Amino acid sequence: MMPGVSMDNPVAARSRGFSPGRIVLYLILGLFCLYYLLPLYVMAVNSVKPLSEITSGGMMSLPDEWTLAPWRAAWSQAQVGVEATGLRPYFMNSILMVVPAVALSTIMGALNGYVLTKWAFRGSTVLFGLLLFGCFIPFQMVLIPMARMLGLMGLAGSVAGLVFVHVVYGIGFSTLYFRNYYAAFPTELVRAAQIDGAGFFRIFWRILLPSSGPIAVVCIIWQFTNIWNDFLFGASFSDFDSQPMTVALNNLVQSSTGVREYNVHFAGAIMAALPTLLVYIVAGRFFVRGLMAGSVKG
Amino acid sequence: MSQLAGASGARPMDRLRDALPRIVLSPSVAIVAVFVYGFILFTIYLSFTNSRILPDYELVGWRNYHNLFRIRAWNTAVVNLAIFGLLYIAICCCLGLFLAILLDQRIRAEGFIRTIYLYPMALSFIVTGVAWKWFLNPGIGLQAVVRGWGFENFSFTWITDGKMAIYTIVIAAVWQTSGFVMAMFLAGLRGIDNEMLKAAQIDGASSFVLYRRIVIPQLRPAFMSAFVVLAHMAIKSYDLVIALTGGGPGTATELPATFMYSYTFTRNQMGIGAASAVIMLMTIAAIIVPYLWSELREKK
Repeated sequence: MMPGVSMDNPVAARSRGFSPGRIVLYLILGLFCLYYLLPLYVMAVNSVKPLSEITSGGMMSLPDEWTLAPWRAAWSQAQVGVEATGLRPYFMNSILMVVPAVALSTIMGALNGYVLTKWAFRGSTVLFGLLLFGCFIPFQMVLIPMARMLGLMGLAGSVAGLVFVHVVYGIGFSTLYFRNYYAAFPTELVRAAQIDGAGFFRIFWRILLPSSGPIAVVCIIWQFTNIWNDFLFGASFSDFDSQPMTVALNNLVQSSTGVREYNVHFAGAIMAALPTLLVYIVAGRFFVRGLMAGSVKG
Repeated sequence: MSQLAGASGARPMDRLRDALPRIVLSPSVAIVAVFVYGFILFTIYLSFTNSRILPDYELVGWRNYHNLFRIRAWNTAVVNLAIFGLLYIAICCCLGLFLAILLDQRIRAEGFIRTIYLYPMALSFIVTGVAWKWFLNPGIGLQAVVRGWGFENFSFTWITDGKMAIYTIVIAAVWQTSGFVMAMFLAGLRGIDNEMLKAAQIDGASSFVLYRRIVIPQLRPAFMSAFVVLAHMAIKSYDLVIALTGGGPGTATELPATFMYSYTFTRNQMGIGAASAVIMLMTIAAIIVPYLWSELREKK
């Protein structure tokens, strides 16, 4: 999708070396790097300075006095809900939510993709289309019935309820990934194994799964990022003690009681961003592949 | 398409084996049938009832839809979505294409620069909202900083100005997604046939003409994908507004998604909320259905 090596661009080939044009080009690219990094810089630099330095107009400067107090406050002391627990319990909620939700939706997506490509039946393309449309609906359409359904299932206001919701609305994309990947997998291998007497699960386990590494990584990263970053479901279906990180961060920042501790807000924002940012830095290639497959044909 | 199921056996075990793929698929199908399509029907039904804090199953016809368009906040939300959506899509596409073309000029450290342009996409809109909320805050952010540099009369108060606040949503949203659009266009540029470019170059065409006449027309599929993705994100925008402005000042940055939530869950006008959700669904379906249709049909 996005080749790491730059291809031959004949238009570019014309102008190499260090002409004034090239310098302007690099200058513009550099300026945009600053533009994209600016909010990250603002968050980072203000999360390690005392509040007084921010309120006196020093948002862009490096701290005069470096301090980790805002980080400690955001993690374990800040008033988020009823008690001053900091963001730590909500960070844990997010982890408890994201791990099972990602695992379940990925496994179901892999099996669905396998059936839809190697055991296709009449109408399976239509079925896939219907499955896929579910990814794109505005979730406002399901908020009201889902709230009632979670109540009926005894999952209202719990982390388990959030896991359930994320699995339900994550299946579409995970199926999309595995379906497009398995479609390119040689069907002859599957057929040969079948002639040798291998069954449905054996073929999946022995033949398809061992070569599914890359797409599994793409799918896991996509689901992880989406579910970790979700706000709408978290805000709609959680109680005070089951809120995910994004909802807790928003409560921390919007709370109107007391002094606004901007430095604590920034530290909290970085904490909420860190897991997905880390995944992006470590496995950015797969992240981009997931993004592209979600929009362009896989 | 590959049909691998063997000859239908008479014994129950064989029949079970033949049905196995469908059995494996069935939980997902059931889930989607109930939680996507069943729920859509349920919400559509509610939009024709007088539901308030709890669902009420007595039908009242089109009343909610009539009333919806008489509510000032809803009209603000629709106008805001038009302003936000158009600017968001247009700026993201222009900026994305511009950066993709620049990055396609055999740039050293291209991978590094690409990584920087794209990282906002990994962040939650809540994080983006918090960062921009305080950066645009006149008291401590950009305005205060520039004044501190000696420009005492510098003023930038869009985020607290009812007329301008919607543009701050555009600023933050463009920051978050323009790198992604860049990546889509860059992938498109890399797929272009070089022979045609070389031929035109030999004919003496300038770089500008090359891009305008040959390269950009070939990016049509990338434009289509970008448009669909961005339009769909614009209509669903919720988190960013909540974190950045909370829909305010007043209702100045209300969007359909925030309207639906507040009418349903805080104002207890569930029927009105359901009607607004249905309109959101119709808008998205008008964009997504033709797209999915063409994508899935082409593959056959």
